[in-house]
Amino acid sequence: MTSVAQTIPGEPPHPHHWTPTNAYHGAKLGMWLFLATEILLFSVLFTAFALYRWAYLGEFHDASLNLDWKLGALNTAVLILSSFTAALAVDAAQRGNNKRVKHLLLFTVMCGGIFLVVKYFEYSHKYHIGLFPGVECPVVEAGALHGSEGHGGGADVAEGGHHLEYCWPKDTSGLSEGQREMLVSSKYKMYFGLYYCMTGLHALHVIIGMLLLSWVCFHASRNRFSEKYYTPVELGALYWHLVDLIWIYLFPLLYLVD
Amino acid sequence: MSSHSHEDHHGELGHIVPFAIYRNVLIGLLVLTVITVWVAKAPSMDFGNLNIAIAMVIASVKASIVALYFMHLKFEDKTTWLYAFFPIMLLVLMMGLIFLDNPFRRADQPVEVNDPLAEQLQQI
Repeated sequence: MTSVAQTIPGEPPHPHHWTPTNAYHGAKLGMWLFLATEILLFSVLFTAFALYRWAYLGEFHDASLNLDWKLGALNTAVLILSSFTAALAVDAAQRGNNKRVKHLLLFTVMCGGIFLVVKYFEYSHKYHIGLFPGVECPVVEAGALHGSEGHGGGADVAEGGHHLEYCWPKDTSGLSEGQREMLVSSKYKMYFGLYYCMTGLHALHVIIGMLLLSWVCFHASRNRFSEKYYTPVELGALYWHLVDLIWIYLFPLLYLVD
Repeated sequence: MSSHSHEDHHGELGHIVPFAIYRNVLIGLLVLTVITVWVAKAPSMDFGNLNIAIAMVIASVKASIVALYFMHLKFEDKTTWLYAFFPIMLLVLMMGLIFLDNPFRRADQPVEVNDPLAEQLQQI
């Protein structure tokens, strides 16, 4: 009697009360259930974005101009391609070709890496022009720390001791008064609060997907899978497709809709 | 729960999808992406308030072919379909009701958040 701990390459694990076929279908169903929760998670953020966009249309329009749609389109193409190779990896696993599974999953993970690199460039550009969470940082004047009454946080602004500063697009001379006013408004920053929440959470999912697929890839390199057992490949690919799905909605909403 | 009905291509566990379908879906996705960008960016294709709706519709088409073919949903059994559609139904309910209700919640005075830096920045 084989225990669960023993894994024979190409053979499904044998928990006591399941047949391998039932285990496969049950696992897939469980994964779809989890994906359902992920969809609900992101849809809440989309709803919030929709409501605030409706309320602050002008500010959201101006804020969205800070995003480079070409980088977004590049990321979309990268993720679509990675979804394609992930689906092909499942196909290879169904045919028992572990080597091909390994190569395809490596390519998929690499595409995820490219996505994150592009994301890094986007984020760092925004950092340079002062559009990031917590940009209002307390700047403590020298010697003031002992003298000031500790209120903590950014509550006291003009009091002696420390003040808050925005690191801002340095050159606002080309802007009209109304535009400059818009830049400092909370409504404008609301766009970026939602932007960082949504793309940040998505990037976290990309990282998780890359880790999952790397782990599956490792097992493929050990010839773990066969026509009889490829459940982890399929589940990992399903997760990756979800990551792609979310970006398919994020891209037009954030980058293209003015 | 019985196993699925597709037993061709000697796939005892899952239906093996022909490569051509994967390839066609990839091409379709890339083409739809180009269309999305074109419709959004081309000056001749500005539909005003409809822009966002059109973008979402195209995105939904892309999402459905990813779900149907890459995620094998088209070849799955009814229970899986139920699990996959359940969040969509919840979504429709939640977003639909919120979007219907929200227009009637607009206050007469927009809520102004007390921005401590607003005065300082007037001087920039």
